Amino acid sequence: MDELCRRLARDVDAAFPDLVSHLEGRLYTGLRRLHGDAAEDLTQETFIRAYRALRTYDPERIRSLRLDGWVWTIALNLGRNHARDRARRPIPVPLDDRHGVTDPEPADVAAWDRRLRRLPAPQRTAVVLRHVAGLSYPEIAAATGRPEGTVKADVHRGLARLRRIIEEET
Amino acid sequence: MNVEQELRALAETPPPTVAAGVLLGTGLADGYRIFDSPVGAVAVAFNPAGVSAVDLVDDDLEERFTERFGRRLLAARPPRGWETKIGRAIERGTPGDLPVDLRSVTAFQRTVLEATARIPRGQVRPYGWLARMVGAPGAARAVGSTMARNPVPLIIPCHRVVRSDGRIGAYSLGGPGRKRVLLRHEGADPDLLEMWAAKGVRYVGSETTGIFCFPTCRHARRIGDRHRVEFRTDRAALEAGYRPCEVCRPR
Repeated sequence: MDELCRRLARDVDAAFPDLVSHLEGRLYTGLRRLHGDAAEDLTQETFIRAYRALRTYDPERIRSLRLDGWVWTIALNLGRNHARDRARRPIPVPLDDRHGVTDPEPADVAAWDRRLRRLPAPQRTAVVLRHVAGLSYPEIAAATGRPEGTVKADVHRGLARLRRIIEEET
Repeated sequence: MNVEQELRALAETPPPTVAAGVLLGTGLADGYRIFDSPVGAVAVAFNPAGVSAVDLVDDDLEERFTERFGRRLLAARPPRGWETKIGRAIERGTPGDLPVDLRSVTAFQRTVLEATARIPRGQVRPYGWLARMVGAPGAARAVGSTMARNPVPLIIPCHRVVRSDGRIGAYSLGGPGRKRVLLRHEGADPDLLEMWAAKGVRYVGSETTGIFCFPTCRHARRIGDRHRVEFRTDRAALEAGYRPCEVCRPR
């Protein structure tokens, strides 16, 4: 990751495609958990914004970036706007219940999405960033704009709640 | 069940359209699509600034593009409405309202290419004429190399630019044979052009009007055989009392 930062600091255009291939899997998987089918557009838009920002940063700033956390800051922002826009303009619900399903999810992925959806939003975000995206607590704190202690508590409560949900299932 | 481990194992691969969309959206890659043309299938590359390249379709297409423009090239759908405009620009041999991205050439070359785009369909002009049109009379050679560097042949019709002696000359999009095909497709007879060049006929005048033109000017084509005078140089035409046509501007 530090190596990637150094290369980005030297030449954003040359190194950026590697940033995309390096982060897209985790970013997309995380955004799927948080925003479902919108993840595709959100992933794409996040990278485009990241690129535009990098073009304006000086090399020193790029070298000191924590790429994961920084990219997730952009993604969470876009996700918030997306959720707000969607709330304002409700999507018409088609009559059959297959709406919005692009690819059938493997059963366990669908099960995890169902469980995660039962968490309050701050806990869900914190759990996904920590355990699906693999961010550190300081990174999550920076990306969500919440104190590190609060974020830690959210992750612990979220995990505890998930365990209870799983117990209820059996 | 270990919740943390299970969450960590959730991994989905984004569809390839995501990375492609990022590269196109950031301008790190251009998209391309295959179009029909009078010389067969061609690849037309585009980015948000406009159409950036027209090239023959073969295995080295993407490599050639990256080498020349420093960006990747990916198969993609053109922006809304561009598909029709591209098809029309190829058929008419001029950009019309299609944006063209000429950032890959120098300011001088850009001016030359813009002047080239205004040569009417089915007509040809020599390099020296183009040089004069862009205010650089002496720069016929630089004009010639601009034609060779035209990133968007067919759409900017460099096939309508011929050697100063009237011969059809080289063509960047696959050689002179294709240049002849294109001219014929537009209703200009390449054999006739070569014949005039061989005879040294570079201008024709009308005895009736006292005006001289390039032989392919639409006014020249209207001259009846009985009133038609041929000239080897513009000077000869002027000395014979003819004045240059204001449409094709032979001098």
